[in-house]
Amino acid sequence: MSVSVRVPTILRTYTGGESEVTASGATLADLLEDLDTSYPGIKARILDDNGALRRFVNVYVGNDDVRFLDNLATPTPAGTQVSVIPAVAGGC
Amino acid sequence: MSAPTLTHVEGITPDTTSRTGLREGAFGNATGLACRECGHAVALGPFYACPECFGPLEVAYDFPAVTREEIEAGPRNIWRYKALLPVPDDIEQSPNTEPGFTRLLEASNLAAALGIEKLWVKDDSTNPTNSFKDRVVACALSAARELDAKVFACPSTGNLANAVAAAGARAGIKTVVFIPSNLEHPKQVNSAVYTDSLVAVDGNYDDVNKLASEIAGEEEGWAFVNVNVRPFYAEGSKTLGYEIAEQLGWRLPDQVVIPVASGSQLTKVHKSFQELIKLGLVEEKPYRIFGAQATGCSPVSVAYKAGVDAIRPVKPDTIAKSLAIGNPADGIYVLDICRETGGAVEDIDDDAVREGILLLARTEGIFTETAGGTTVGVTKKLVETGQLDPTLETVIINTGMGLKTLDAISDQVGAAATIAPTYAAFAATGIA
Repeated sequence: MSVSVRVPTILRTYTGGESEVTASGATLADLLEDLDTSYPGIKARILDDNGALRRFVNVYVGNDDVRFLDNLATPTPAGTQVSVIPAVAGGC
Repeated sequence: MSAPTLTHVEGITPDTTSRTGLREGAFGNATGLACRECGHAVALGPFYACPECFGPLEVAYDFPAVTREEIEAGPRNIWRYKALLPVPDDIEQSPNTEPGFTRLLEASNLAAALGIEKLWVKDDSTNPTNSFKDRVVACALSAARELDAKVFACPSTGNLANAVAAAGARAGIKTVVFIPSNLEHPKQVNSAVYTDSLVAVDGNYDDVNKLASEIAGEEEGWAFVNVNVRPFYAEGSKTLGYEIAEQLGWRLPDQVVIPVASGSQLTKVHKSFQELIKLGLVEEKPYRIFGAQATGCSPVSVAYKAGVDAIRPVKPDTIAKSLAIGNPADGIYVLDICRETGGAVEDIDDDAVREGILLLARTEGIFTETAGGTTVGVTKKLVETGQLDPTLETVIINTGMGLKTLDAISDQVGAAATIAPTYAAFAATGIA
């Protein structure tokens, strides 16, 4: 159930500078738990005190923002890629 | 501490506001970056997200005393406000597109059509690449220079790509611009003419934005204007507010209507008004700020009307592509500002966007793009629904040029008649 996780530069202090790491879990919530076991503290940067995704972080499973899927309950089957990206924007 | 260059990993800088390693005065009167959410301090550098909570970083300043006379003696571009921007004092010496100080047009014909007593259009279609983006890009270019960037880049809905490509050419720095592949053809041409590195991405703007964020994390020496130098870039929009106040005779308007994509521009106009008040450059007075969206991408308007703070991202479906940001990073701040100032956020459908374009063109001779059509159309709706007070002085911001979005209205306008080259044929049309 290995999933590749792309780590933003802002969180690479937790992964020893690695931009891509692996973790496992049936859902995004499980995956983040596993990630935190390997890289303690990283989950608290992605989730707020209530355990929800922080407002300014976007998490993608494949190319889809999990806010359009099932948020933390989004399935993360083996072979998929998860990306964690700070929210930024252009336009007006 | 070593110099915070673009090879530096953002977020791991010590918690300091030290500018060690940067050229003295590289960012003018800016003293550091601060998280808008939790207040965490970060040094000036290529940092855009709070290492504690991912919140957006804002530029903090220690402004000296600034007088109206000093500003008025400056150049007729945004650098007249350089003391209020994160740029060095010698900014005018570096080649740039010198944007800004666009006209503030008293729009009495449009005012009459909308039933508003006093109305102005801040017309940013007259900037060097015909949109307000030249302002923000000029500030981002300064930051890129100071951070010794090798590549000047952006993900864009079009106008930004135009501005980045042109500014990079003028500055002699390599540019790479990323756009959604379905972008209006004129906007693609308007970028490609300045750069041989236009990259069309199969996806919407949010997909392009995600890709750019990933590239910014992998490639060294790249300054993505709205990613890793975003705090400096966004400050350029303050100059819209400074100019409106100065051109009104150093006073604030009663009401302003501003298009909302990410929401950055609206928040910066508000910030500029607050700075002018604090610096004593204008008299403090109440003002109301309104946000304009197209219904096909209106997550902020939906949240405003629902009375909630949480903004639910949407998949954009509108002709107003420069406003088609489904996950607006500054949306919650737009809600705060519009609610606090007594304004509102409203949206209109694409037909009303086209009507807005035609209304501005036929009342004031200004050919706006779809974002401007949205602003005009929303202003009309705000008056009709009693949300905007027609007796108060109102400014609307036109952010871009209609020649870039011809497809939006090309089937709505055309020759009124096709005739033989004779007077009789002309007379028969009834146009005389």
